[in-house]
Amino acid sequence: MRTLQIDKVIQEIIQYYGKSREHLLPILQEIVSQKGYLTEEIIRSIAEEMNMSPNEIYSVATFYSFINIKPAGKYVIRICKTISCDLAGKDEIIKALEKELRIKIGSTTDDRKFTLETTNCIGMCDQGPAMLINDALYSGLDLKKAVKIIREYKNK
Amino acid sequence: METEAKTGLKIIINDRELKANGDETILELAKNNNIYIPTLCHHSDLCLKGVCRICLVEIEGQNILHAACSTPVAENMIICTNTEKVRKARKMVIELLLANHYGDCLTCKRNLNCELQKLAAEYNIEEIRFKKPKEKRYKIETVTPIVRDNDKCILCRRCIRVCEKIQGVEAIKPLYRGKESSIGCLYNLDLGEITCVMCGQCINHCPTGALTEKDATKDAWKALDNPAKHVIVQTAPSIRVALAEEFNIPPGIAVTGKMIAALREIGFNAIFDTDFTADLLIVEESFEFLTKLKKSYYDNENISLPMFTSCCPSWINFIEHYYPDLLSHLSTCKSPQQMFGALAKTYYANKAGISPEDMVSISIMPCTAKKFEANRAEMSHNGYKNVDYVLTTREFARMIKQSGLNLMELQDSEYDQSMGISTGAGLIFGATGGVTEGILRTVYELVTGNDVPFNELDITPARGMEGIREISIKINNPLENWKFLDDFEIKIAVAHGLANARNLMDKIRDGTANYHFIEIMACPGGCIGGGGQPIPTNESIRKSRANTIYSEEKIVQIRKSHENPALKRLYEEFLENPLGETSKKLLHTFYT
Amino acid sequence: MERKRILSRDYKIGNAITEALSCNRTNIIEQIKDSGLKGKCRTDFSTGIKWELAANLPGNNKYVICNADEGEPGTFKSRILLQNHIETLIEGMIIAGYAINSNNGIIYLRAEYRWMLKDLIKKVDKLREKDFLGKNILGKNFDFDIEFRLNAGAYICGEETSLIESLEGKRGEPRNKPPYPTEKGYLDCPTIINNVETFCYVPYIINEGIEEFKKTSNTKLFSVSGDCERADIYEIDLNTKIIDLLGLIGAKDTKSVLIGGTSGIVISEKDFDKPINYKGLPAGSSIIVFNNSRNMRKILKNFMEFFVEESCGHCTPCREGNIKLLEAIEKINKGDSIPDKYIQTLLELAEIMKMSSKCSLGRSSANSFINFYKIEYRDYIYGN
Repeated sequence: MRTLQIDKVIQEIIQYYGKSREHLLPILQEIVSQKGYLTEEIIRSIAEEMNMSPNEIYSVATFYSFINIKPAGKYVIRICKTISCDLAGKDEIIKALEKELRIKIGSTTDDRKFTLETTNCIGMCDQGPAMLINDALYSGLDLKKAVKIIREYKNK
Repeated sequence: METEAKTGLKIIINDRELKANGDETILELAKNNNIYIPTLCHHSDLCLKGVCRICLVEIEGQNILHAACSTPVAENMIICTNTEKVRKARKMVIELLLANHYGDCLTCKRNLNCELQKLAAEYNIEEIRFKKPKEKRYKIETVTPIVRDNDKCILCRRCIRVCEKIQGVEAIKPLYRGKESSIGCLYNLDLGEITCVMCGQCINHCPTGALTEKDATKDAWKALDNPAKHVIVQTAPSIRVALAEEFNIPPGIAVTGKMIAALREIGFNAIFDTDFTADLLIVEESFEFLTKLKKSYYDNENISLPMFTSCCPSWINFIEHYYPDLLSHLSTCKSPQQMFGALAKTYYANKAGISPEDMVSISIMPCTAKKFEANRAEMSHNGYKNVDYVLTTREFARMIKQSGLNLMELQDSEYDQSMGISTGAGLIFGATGGVTEGILRTVYELVTGNDVPFNELDITPARGMEGIREISIKINNPLENWKFLDDFEIKIAVAHGLANARNLMDKIRDGTANYHFIEIMACPGGCIGGGGQPIPTNESIRKSRANTIYSEEKIVQIRKSHENPALKRLYEEFLENPLGETSKKLLHTFYT
Repeated sequence: MERKRILSRDYKIGNAITEALSCNRTNIIEQIKDSGLKGKCRTDFSTGIKWELAANLPGNNKYVICNADEGEPGTFKSRILLQNHIETLIEGMIIAGYAINSNNGIIYLRAEYRWMLKDLIKKVDKLREKDFLGKNILGKNFDFDIEFRLNAGAYICGEETSLIESLEGKRGEPRNKPPYPTEKGYLDCPTIINNVETFCYVPYIINEGIEEFKKTSNTKLFSVSGDCERADIYEIDLNTKIIDLLGLIGAKDTKSVLIGGTSGIVISEKDFDKPINYKGLPAGSSIIVFNNSRNMRKILKNFMEFFVEESCGHCTPCREGNIKLLEAIEKINKGDSIPDKYIQTLLELAEIMKMSSKCSLGRSSANSFINFYKIEYRDYIYGN
């Protein structure tokens, strides 16, 4: 049922990676990095282009933590909460960022610029606490450093 | 790779020495040797999963337990299905499932027919050592005829497998992971907004009450209890060979007379047979088919062939969604249910002297999609719905029990005459291939004046459980009007299960299909395996039901639709001619 | 900081490939088998036998996959190996490809390491320019190339069959085994999957020989973190006394040491004079140090939260069991007491999870509960 106007960007991404099933994950990740998150329309478009069921695509997307299926800010902050970063003081970092951004973990700022989340071990256990902001890594955090980084992003 | 023939492996289960041919799973080998291993996510219709972990067994030399359903046998394997370790593990797994199961058995539609209940009873679960959830996590979805209650779901994934592999629809899927795991669809929209065709196979395969059909018994009782209403009922061919299963009778026992008796006791004012309009459908569709053949091969017009049957509402949903470019191939005939409904409030209403205003038309169907079909906007005439309420076989059985009736002890009764007389051709509609057989019996005689060239009219190539079957019939010595069909070979394909339908439709799009007529039934086995039929379902049960239909059909006096005397009267008194104006108005439809 | 002995040697890229590509394939597999090299993930399967199974299958449509999806809490050795020794890794993969007759390599990198991808790709491109990778490697008539594929945030995809499912664009849910990946793996082709560390050892074995490699067989590469001054990766002889290890890494006031990952073994102060492996060879490769200020109940809660979130949810014991264990530990952390009878039920549950779950995540997630209970019962139930 070709009643969808498929976004050129999505078409290009799918053309670049290929239409067969094994390319689904890189396609979803690329779309997330360009569009920020998936929507019903985006998923239906991908389904149309790749000849798959949209329910199947949604099912795959919901499995993975880094594929945002809900509206997310321009910058998604993921603070590691697993054991070594926990021991190194992730709680203080979380509190500081919640205060700085005036949102709680799991929320997005009103200006849609930041989403604050926790995530599981990101492999920086020797340099904790650590966080990812989109694809950028920041480790060895302390309160000052963490807030400074956020402020730099605010000015971007 | 290794090409040595496997000449029999020696396997020991529970100290019994067994011979395996090497490609079985432990579960299959056990089953073949009458050794019982309980299962839950496993289903003979479906591919392997191995997620419930109920069928665990102990294998000598291994620390961990293995799922029998998904572990292949190997030479000299020593298996125990009932050690203390296994029992403890199984018990714990059952308790974990029960502890996550929010819902009261007593008020559940699957009370007394629930596989989880059965396991709990078998395993003598005396206490659930974990806290049960205090409140519901999920909303119950009730927009379509299929009601989903995720709080009762045990995540066995049967519904997903049947929807994906057997129906090729992929309407529901596993979502999220870990604690948040659930079953749903795109952004948890309700099923009506995605590609669900409402065939109900998910309900048939669900072990618990997580999937059920929307209840219409209350509406039916309301109508029956209202003295001002004249309530008529039609029963589909598939009901009579499956109804007894709801009363603990093994599959394959026909209870037509008792079924009618039950309907009388319940208080229906008129009891008719959908087989009657199945006959009507055969006549209308035969004429439609022959008209198309003539236009195509004699008048050389551009006609969409092959022609598809249109009596299965799930199939209609499917083709409207996935193959809208092929809609012109569909017969314009309504399904027997809807034809009946249309006639009930016109033809019958006149005959009985009752106003359609006071009439409530109810049908008993093996199907959940029929509930959706009855509500389609175009399925009404003069403002009156053709069919007001649809009851599945299961709902009907509930009403019988509510009435305090013991089905098997009732004295046989008979249908009411005017729309209750039917032929064998109408009866076999219930099985996959039945519509085709019925149509061929009529078409062949219309064209040649003779019976189909099959022994006793049994067109056996149309029968059986293979997913796609092909039949071809050569026309010999046609009558004068049909001389252009001399030596013509009518090629037909019969498919059941929508994944098979997809296969055929793709062939048509490719141009590689060479048929004149295609019958599609969405449900495996045809309507006898429908989404509204008694649970459980499996191939052996469906075969029994189908075989009973064929053996019942043998004893029906008239076996060709066009010889149905009540049908002849209908044409004389009301419809005039097949594909005539009245027929077109009441009995034919369009698709979107 | 002590670097891996094997990896800190004076190493010239290309030596191993040159030597390997001059041997015949079976020879290489025999060498790997004889070296005793084992998989560095939970299963501990002989690498040589794994390669042999794949090599024995016909055709060359096979895959060599490097599992760079370490997500185990406290583990970061793959990260450091990738950052500093990617050339060694790739050599290992090329040799593996040659041994099993495969031309396709995939490095399956966790999404959390995406920040290093650009650099890795640059280094790989350099290898290609120098003919160490791609068509006709070093003129030896063998083609092998590598692509990077990313995970998308799911710890379970570190499990072999989940990894393959993820590569195929599906949910990372473990498959039923058999068939094993060596027979039917990625896209149904024979596939070998080893992790970064394993592939990094291969060039060493080929160049230095089996005997040299066997000399280091009692050492293991650990990621060490927690309450210590010098968190890093260390190669440690398993006979090292724990007290000496603590000195090496600058740990003070230590209460207990968790050896072998979240499902590993907890060793408390009274046993610090014993060697690292005194309670058995640890499966995982992280060591986490806890000092006296740490509350073991909170630590256990952290682990159980991890498993509840990362479980794929596919099979009943893991999905439901981890939730029950977490609920209990949350209750204890709030200060509520739990009846002894329920504790016994939970311990039984934990044992059953170990036996009945479909994959190694489910089979090991309850270990932390069991271990903490056994070692730290008093702390666990009654305080600090």
